[in-house]
Amino acid sequence: MDIVLCTLAQLAVGEQGIIHSFTDKQTSLKLLEMGCTPGEKVKIKNIAPLGDPIAISVSGYLLSLRKEEASTILVQKITVEQVK
Amino acid sequence: MKSSPENDIPLKVALAGNPNSGKSTLFNVLTGLNQSTGNFPGVTVDKKSGITKILNPENNQAISVEIVDLPGTYSLSPTSIDENVACDILCNAQNENHPDVVIVVVDATNLKRNLFFATQVIELRIPVVLALNMIDLASDRGIEIDIEILSKKLGVNVVKLSARKNYGIEELKSAIISSPPISHNNFVPKSVSKETKEQLTIERYRTITGIINESVKTEVKTEKQSITTRLDKIFTHKVWGYLIFLGILFLIFQSVFYIANYPMIWIESLFVKISEWGSSNLPQGELSALLINGILAGLSGIVVFIPQIALLFAFIAILEDTGYMARVSFIMDKLMRKFGLNGKSVIPLISGVACAIPAIMSTRTISNWKERLITIMVTPLMSCSARLPVYTLLIALVIPEEKKIGIFNMQGFVLMGLYLIGFIAAMGSAWIMKFIIKSKEKSFFIMEMPVYRTPRWSSIGITIVDKVKVFLFDAGKIIIAISVVLWMLSSHAPGEAFKKIEKKYSATELSNTNSPEETNKQIASEKLKASYAGIIGKTIEPIIRPLGFDWKIGISLITSFVAREVFVGTMATIYSVGDKNNTQSIREKMLAETNPETGEKIFTVATGVSLMIFYAFAMQCMSTFAVVYSETKKWKWPVIQFLYMGALAYLSSLIVYQLLK
Repeated sequence: MDIVLCTLAQLAVGEQGIIHSFTDKQTSLKLLEMGCTPGEKVKIKNIAPLGDPIAISVSGYLLSLRKEEASTILVQKITVEQVK
Repeated sequence: MKSSPENDIPLKVALAGNPNSGKSTLFNVLTGLNQSTGNFPGVTVDKKSGITKILNPENNQAISVEIVDLPGTYSLSPTSIDENVACDILCNAQNENHPDVVIVVVDATNLKRNLFFATQVIELRIPVVLALNMIDLASDRGIEIDIEILSKKLGVNVVKLSARKNYGIEELKSAIISSPPISHNNFVPKSVSKETKEQLTIERYRTITGIINESVKTEVKTEKQSITTRLDKIFTHKVWGYLIFLGILFLIFQSVFYIANYPMIWIESLFVKISEWGSSNLPQGELSALLINGILAGLSGIVVFIPQIALLFAFIAILEDTGYMARVSFIMDKLMRKFGLNGKSVIPLISGVACAIPAIMSTRTISNWKERLITIMVTPLMSCSARLPVYTLLIALVIPEEKKIGIFNMQGFVLMGLYLIGFIAAMGSAWIMKFIIKSKEKSFFIMEMPVYRTPRWSSIGITIVDKVKVFLFDAGKIIIAISVVLWMLSSHAPGEAFKKIEKKYSATELSNTNSPEETNKQIASEKLKASYAGIIGKTIEPIIRPLGFDWKIGISLITSFVAREVFVGTMATIYSVGDKNNTQSIREKMLAETNPETGEKIFTVATGVSLMIFYAFAMQCMSTFAVVYSETKKWKWPVIQFLYMGALAYLSSLIVYQLLK
């Protein structure tokens, strides 16, 4: 099965994904330590009115991060069928 | 028994944990008002420490335990100054604050991420007590934690706790003194490369997931929208979010600006009474004068800020405690980031319109040092309430009341314009500083959005007491020192200058034609002109002449460093001369003032506007100077601030005067 990856910043509110990997070495350790580990499920909970930053639920809590930081996280998008 | 060998050295206990884990609440519960705030050496990170007594069950004697609240941190790989402080204390056994026992506070509703840091601390082989805080909220959510399994897996004592409800405190206390076992776990601490660190992080989370699977049972509840999700829909809404924030800012501004005004007037009149009592009851002399006009004046200048500081921090504590502050950052971040500021910078900037002192103190909520520093540097450009008397006097002087733009009064427009240019200058300077100030810290915005909670009033009270104390003792001594120096400058003259003036007045018949009161005023005025301040005023006249200022304004520029509103008082003293019948107001006297050489009026529109611009931009405030030092712990920053604001003021006034004259 093909795995289609996109960045976390590309997801819309309510969409979910599974963390795959990171593209930026500067932020990856911080994100990992905050519980964004590969295989973890994330859901976009909120996007700030000006389009940035965003809030996601991960590891059982709400985390906010800038789009710039979210775009370094590659996720496998979970489609609606998979959620069901 | 791991207690202090001698009773006079208390056991050192550190509180460590993630931000929002309820560490501070626990600290307040353990120490009450028996706490003090200082700084960790060399940095401006609050060091909160306090003493708590624990009854030793073996001999029924109370043991004193010193508790230090470490800054909240997510891991032992620090990314900010705050985290650095916490990590060094925990990892470096040579650190003077290195603890004997660590209480790691974890949020039981968010165990996975909290245990990440906890397991890192456990590896350091310092005795650890794991405090499962907010256990009540966890069981509400159907999370049941088996502390025996957890304790066995982690190799440390585990205590269930709810700091807000005062539950489990005694158990925690006895766990502190009952010889916590040194951990025997499978983690191996070592310094490693970044790649390995990442790998270890992933493995650590894997281990934690395993531990949680064995020790925690979560009863799956049907996922209904939590209160936090619902409140976020309103507070981060594109219309309501900003309207509510605007409303809150308005409330804060009104309180700090108007409500604080009443106690400030009481404090001022109290000090006037004390100094009047002093003048009439203390023996006349140099020492009394120093006491009344130097020290007491300085003291009054400090105490008068307390109502504003208390009110502003009451609001900020509520906003922080409820979790709303994180939402402010969330909705303002994009806008403020463009100027090198933080979403949280909005609150200091707006508070700066009332007074820069509490506003600068409130920047401590900004965790990124560069963003915090820029906020501190530009906040005094916001027009504060002390500038208002200066503006009002000058506007009334040079802007005709009758003049209107449409149906609006011209005077009102000028006043609004002064506030506006202050704001524009603040944002512009921030934008420039973004490129100049270098920072080793990377600007992250990766932060937790805490769940909404009701505020705890007792801890808000503690915050207020704490901030007032910090201001009184840190900035207070600098303010007194500057105040004494300024008093010396304006009340002393070289050689026999003052004696000559007194002699002149007692000899001439001037004293016969005037009332004694009037004569005293004239003496005061002549003395001020002859004083060191007067000499400096005359010396700087060539420098300030291109701005349209004469030496009398020069004196006022110097004396108003005590506080901007002193400008009005100094002007009144200088101009009390030559008005035999004392019928004119200061405004009329200033209006009538002419240049002795050219015969032209001093206070033309050009001079007036130039002076207003100067006051809008120059850092004419010793208290701001002192508080910037106490908040940055370096003289460099207030000096740079004084110079850049002074340069901005000088150049702007120069341009304005040369264009308008």
